[in-house]
Amino acid sequence: MAGVIAGRRRKQRVFRWAVLVVLGVFFLLPLAAMVEFSTRDSATWPLLVNWPKLSDTYPDLAEGIVASLEQAGLTAVLMLALLVPTAIWVRLRLPWLRRIVEFLCLLPLTIPAIVLVVGLAPVYAWVNYFLGGSSLTLVFAYTILVLPYAYRAIDAGLSAIDVKTLAEAARSLGASWTTVIVRVVLPNIRSAVLSAAFLTVALVLGEFTIASLLNRTNLQVSIALLGKSSATMSVAVSLAALLLAFLLLMLLSLAGRSTKESK
Amino acid sequence: MSDRSGVAVHLEGLRRTFGSVHALDNLDLQIGAGELIALLGPSGCGKTTALRVLAGLEDADAGRVLVGGKDVTGLPANRRDMGMVFQAYSLFPHLTAEQNVEFGLRLRGRRRVPGRAAAMLELVGLSAFGARYPHQMSGGQQQRVALARALAIEPAVLLLDEPLSALDAKVRVQLREEIKRIQTEVGTTTLFVTHDQEEALAVADRVGVMRAGRLEQLATPAEVYQQPVSAFVADFVGLSNRLPGIVSGPVVSVLGTELPLVTTAAAGSATALVRPEAIGITPDPDGEGRVLTSSFLGPTSRVTVTVRETLVIAQVASGLLPSLTPGTAVRVTLQPVPVALDVPVN
Repeated sequence: MAGVIAGRRRKQRVFRWAVLVVLGVFFLLPLAAMVEFSTRDSATWPLLVNWPKLSDTYPDLAEGIVASLEQAGLTAVLMLALLVPTAIWVRLRLPWLRRIVEFLCLLPLTIPAIVLVVGLAPVYAWVNYFLGGSSLTLVFAYTILVLPYAYRAIDAGLSAIDVKTLAEAARSLGASWTTVIVRVVLPNIRSAVLSAAFLTVALVLGEFTIASLLNRTNLQVSIALLGKSSATMSVAVSLAALLLAFLLLMLLSLAGRSTKESK
Repeated sequence: MSDRSGVAVHLEGLRRTFGSVHALDNLDLQIGAGELIALLGPSGCGKTTALRVLAGLEDADAGRVLVGGKDVTGLPANRRDMGMVFQAYSLFPHLTAEQNVEFGLRLRGRRRVPGRAAAMLELVGLSAFGARYPHQMSGGQQQRVALARALAIEPAVLLLDEPLSALDAKVRVQLREEIKRIQTEVGTTTLFVTHDQEEALAVADRVGVMRAGRLEQLATPAEVYQQPVSAFVADFVGLSNRLPGIVSGPVVSVLGTELPLVTTAAAGSATALVRPEAIGITPDPDGEGRVLTSSFLGPTSRVTVTVRETLVIAQVASGLLPSLTPGTAVRVTLQPVPVALDVPVN
């Protein structure tokens, strides 16, 4: 009997390792290829971390990086400003709306980016008319794009606390609604808000379709352009962007863990 | 302790419906200055709704809320000047006990009141716990801090919404004594909502028994227990035997004993509600009762007896228990205390 159990355990272990190795190869091989390719020219990486020289040599790329960073920051701010009060208000005052809001927030996930652009194009004709053709106007489209992920994160944070009782306790102590949100609810969903913000940044930094089809620039658009003239550099920048996204996701999981530990 | 204690509260003709349910049905309630009133009733009787309307957390469909003679019906919760302790743990998880107590003070710009939070924590016996976060405290401690937080702002009215129901039995008894002590010390007008009759009888100056959005009886704990105005009150507050009897004039004859009636009733057969402690049992070989079961409850015990095919529950001193084993023949006597009649169900 013991032999059968030991045999089964061994098989499970082998299977587990086999899955890990296959997945590892699947994910790491392309990355390794990128590292190998981008280091063929020894000047590529030093140039990438030397901002003044990089912006002189590849002005389009520099413009794309700045645009993407600005878009990511602004999208995160706009998303939080819209979503946090809405999610709190729905929980406190309009619980019957919760399913509808959740459905609306999940919609962008089900609509392919290309279809989204077809719908957004006429809207952006007006955006162009009123606000000009700046790349920053993509922030509006991106805010919609990140809703599914950000809403999930914030809603999970709100589920973990008794928002209604905390808000009522604060109200009875004399707090206005703004005070309730800023001083009572927000500090208690900090890690959820951080998650939502990190996911937003990661998503915006990786966005290509909408920016490209609406003739705006961002990091991915400039990488695609750069690929036509300097393949090594474009691969190096892609790799750097990927590493930045990994770093953000790691920070996100760390933020989540430290909150759990402090509880 | 507080110069603002002792404000009278008047709930006037409050109505509130949720769909087809009348949570409050023309409720009238006057709370005297510095008084502690407990609202008692089964789930869904409207007691919590009444408290929430007073707190401003719920709007009434009709009626007025007067605090110290001032109409506050239209005021939002944050401007009503009421301290509230909730059934669920409501301390802010990101703040320490002391910061929680200071929360209301800071909002009022009274941050400089030196040692106010510490004094409040001392009042609830938790001065050593000021630096602890809610998750580092037990449920009972959290509710004490919540009480300190509610009292720190020197509220006109203190509202307690089943604050002890999440706690275990021993802590509950301890804390209710403390609530009574603190309320007497501070003198704040208090509304205490509970479904636990023992709790209500123990802490309140007056107990209001609610049924279907209305006050069935509002009286001192002793009166509610000893002279219930209706079968509902008699049944809800304390345990009652339902014994068949014959009404004639101001008395009802039950098991051969004439008992005075709380309210007058038409002559004829009726069901009288008799408290277990008003029933005496003595072993007697000629007695017509037979002991069925007995259960030990500490200082007193409960004994079930059959008399003339009627089940009677009596409360006796535990010292008598050895002589009341199942099957023992007993004589059943009734004390002539006023009883209520059960309203026959048509």
